[in-house]
Amino acid sequence: MKPLQPVSAAARVGYGVAFFALFVAVWSVATFGGYVQKLFLADPLTMVGEGWNLLVNHGFIVDIGMTIWRVVGGFILAVVFALPLGIAMGAYKPVEAFLEPFVSFARYLPASAFIPLLILWAGIGETQKLLVIFIGSFFQLVLMIAVAVGGIRRDLVDAAYTLGASDSSVVRRVLLPNAAPEIAEIFRLVLGWAWTYVIVAELIGSSSGIGHMITDSQALLNTGQIIFGIIVIGLIGLISDFLFKAINQRLFPWAQA
Amino acid sequence: MSKLLIDQVGKVFPARGKGQPTRALMPTSLNVADNDFITILGPSGCGKSTLLRIIGGLETASEGKILLDGAPVTGPGADRGFVFQSYTLFPWLSVVQNIAFGLREKGVPERERLGIARKWAERVGLSGFVDHFPKQLSGGMQQRTAIARALANDPKILLLDEPFGALDNQTRALMQEMLLGIWEREQKTVLFVTHDIEEAIFVGSRVVVMSARPGRIKADIPVELPHPRPYTIKTTAEFVALKERLVEEIRVEAVLAAEGH
Repeated sequence: MKPLQPVSAAARVGYGVAFFALFVAVWSVATFGGYVQKLFLADPLTMVGEGWNLLVNHGFIVDIGMTIWRVVGGFILAVVFALPLGIAMGAYKPVEAFLEPFVSFARYLPASAFIPLLILWAGIGETQKLLVIFIGSFFQLVLMIAVAVGGIRRDLVDAAYTLGASDSSVVRRVLLPNAAPEIAEIFRLVLGWAWTYVIVAELIGSSSGIGHMITDSQALLNTGQIIFGIIVIGLIGLISDFLFKAINQRLFPWAQA
Repeated sequence: MSKLLIDQVGKVFPARGKGQPTRALMPTSLNVADNDFITILGPSGCGKSTLLRIIGGLETASEGKILLDGAPVTGPGADRGFVFQSYTLFPWLSVVQNIAFGLREKGVPERERLGIARKWAERVGLSGFVDHFPKQLSGGMQQRTAIARALANDPKILLLDEPFGALDNQTRALMQEMLLGIWEREQKTVLFVTHDIEEAIFVGSRVVVMSARPGRIKADIPVELPHPRPYTIKTTAEFVALKERLVEEIRVEAVLAAEGH
């Protein structure tokens, strides 16, 4: 293989599908071949059967809906606050100097470690779930947006000033549009992280959601259901990723390579 | 009456760490008449770009003052159009939107500003590309758009900082003709910084030669070639004689610069 040699679009899809097939094949050999006990790992067919059972008999679709709502709700809440703050930090250096050290510190506080505290503060209702997502996403968003906004080429700002732009229109008409595609990309990335926080929040103290189903299934030693739940999360992540990419390409044709 | 008055303008960059402060520009004075086309010629690092950026308001002078139509220059503004050596079109705007950027800032209504922008796109030969994004344009087209963008604002003076420095020779020659054509038709006051001797003579009405760092004006030579100037003028005896003279002036400075004085 030559380094960096591109592959055709068809071959790319082929390779991608091939690995999924290989993955399922190894899994099948391990389970159907009896190399792994059924107690620890369900085979693919059992998993599909259990998944069907979950959807048809146990209203799993409601759990999926709950989880999606929590992720999206908490994420949007974080964006609403992080976007103006991140822009202010990226554009104005004193704001950055004031907030950056604290935000940098806060982003390393693990969101999952806040769960016991949040249960204490907000109970085990939806507020607590949203807050976990919020804490997990907010500080990351602020910092990354600030870097995206501040990372403009100096000569573009100079050009805007020589064309008569005021300070506020340099922010609105130059810094923001310049950072927009990167900010959209940041949203895509952080939304992916938000998915891991929601499951953790649901594993502890919840009566609905994919994470709750997984803890229930653990009590019943139903590995088929657990794996199905995990795969559902993966699929939703994949779909939201595709959607984001498609939207970004439509919105920012000028930024595409 | 002078359009632009540069009076004892100098620049010293402050020391970094324990180093010495660096003087980039000796106190320099220059008088620019209305509709003059002055080229500022000098070796790299001679402070010619610094001088232009000070006039543009992008750097502050350490001393001296600059008057444009009698009013002191304090910061960047729409009355001084600036074209950079680097490609500075806004990537998220189409060609016509880029050209209209300054007009929008002035509050010109959309229909009117797009009309003006299209007219300028046509003048720089880009009428077929008005809806293209900068990344779809060649380097020469991007610089033509940048010139149109600066001129659409109708500035009192146009400042060009080695605008064709990154282009290949053939494109550069075409761009010089285009710029000269615009100047002959529109009558603008232009300051054009370059290190290319032939370019300085071909487009300029006056060539100001700057010395190696710290920069100061070493010679101020009028170019008495007739207008309009076809590209064939570059092979005439007058042109060649002027070029020889400037080569000599610049060579001394280039040697000094290379030796690190």
